[in-house]
Amino acid sequence: MTGLAHGGGGIAVGMIALPALGFALGPNFVKEEVRWEGVGTPEEFANDTYVSRTITITPGVGETGKTTVYLRARNADIDQEPLDEYNEFIAISTRCMHLGCPVRFVDASQRFICPCHGGVYDFQGKVQGGPPVRPLDRFYTRVTDGVVEVGPRFSVNSELDRFSPRDPAQDLDGIGQYLFPSRPTIRKLPGT
Amino acid sequence: MPKLLPTVPGATPPRPGTPAAEPKSKKDNAAEAATAALGWLDERTAISGTARWVMFRKVPKGTNWFYTLGTSTMFCFLSQTITGVFLAMFYDPSPNRAYESMRYINNDVFMGQFVHGMHRWGATMMVIFIFLHMGRTFFFGAYKYPRELNWVIGVILVLLTMIMALTGYLLPWDQRSYWATAVGVNVFANAPIAGPYLGDFLRAGPDFGATTLSRFYAIHMLLLPGLIGGLIAAHLYLVIKHGTTAPPWVKAEIDEDLRTKEV
Repeated sequence: MTGLAHGGGGIAVGMIALPALGFALGPNFVKEEVRWEGVGTPEEFANDTYVSRTITITPGVGETGKTTVYLRARNADIDQEPLDEYNEFIAISTRCMHLGCPVRFVDASQRFICPCHGGVYDFQGKVQGGPPVRPLDRFYTRVTDGVVEVGPRFSVNSELDRFSPRDPAQDLDGIGQYLFPSRPTIRKLPGT
Repeated sequence: MPKLLPTVPGATPPRPGTPAAEPKSKKDNAAEAATAALGWLDERTAISGTARWVMFRKVPKGTNWFYTLGTSTMFCFLSQTITGVFLAMFYDPSPNRAYESMRYINNDVFMGQFVHGMHRWGATMMVIFIFLHMGRTFFFGAYKYPRELNWVIGVILVLLTMIMALTGYLLPWDQRSYWATAVGVNVFANAPIAGPYLGDFLRAGPDFGATTLSRFYAIHMLLLPGLIGGLIAAHLYLVIKHGTTAPPWVKAEIDEDLRTKEV
């Protein structure tokens, strides 16, 4: 009888706890689909300055789900990372890598500047000053039927190697990539 | 019967009524009715003992205005609860509607801006008061034996108040609250190993989305008020149980007779 009461109590607790836990943690395990969004024709993007475009990173929430992306064509003099199908155009995220404020590209100084805590990034998005811990995130780009498309986000370390997307303030140099594990559900594109 | 509880200071026991009393005034009748009603309640709940235990306590010499900071914090919490209930009647925690509903509250609802302002400034005052209260407790040494547990409960209340402030800040869903909360969540996500998971838990995903706002709203108006209310009850129980401490500059009075040596 005692065992039955304990077992019943255990089932009752589980009935409350499991849905609550699942509800709280569930969204973390949702696999995000890879979406590509057209942003213009290749002629619209020069290789010596940035053009801003607005893309949707979270569908279904209206204005809130949109973000600004800075785009330019690949410039062989500046961009040393190996050319592949995803970086004929460079798409830089405006999310500051200090704590996530929106950076803007200042044409006069050819730098990305964050208004919140004074983070400064150079033309490639590498950290030049202030508190940010790694270069600005980027988006995969590709050209389909004469349209430049922006795809999923990825993060880069100070050598501009690609990593699965991380949140701001998470260092990727040295042991950083192990201290700040990426999400199992959201990876960089295979083979990159 | 042993005397368990202190009597009310200054109270006199009720006189037994005399059969041939003179006609009673309206005032006497009202007093009698109130006494009868309270007596009915007390007979069934024995609440007067508890009420006396709570209300008529001995306070140490030197008690001063600094001792009102805890009550001020609790008053802020009550004010937040009441104004929050009224705001919840109009607020809509969906990403497409939240900003519009806040604008409706501020511009169209009768006294809406006032109630919103009460809630907003009340939140600031609560954070200020709770830290002043914490400082008072620390500098007066009121956290020492046997009050350590109450200090621990108080620290949890400080943390819950901070989470309350963080989750409430997002709800107006304007530029300021959006970016401030983005920064706040990224501060959480900055912790090694657990940080990324914590950030995703708060945002309900990798980016701010539909679930983020409703999640913050549910934490802000369902989860935390209950927790804070329960912990305040425990906090008050222990305060009443232990009594308050004298300020550190009040020295204990020593009865000189006790120092007399008797050989």
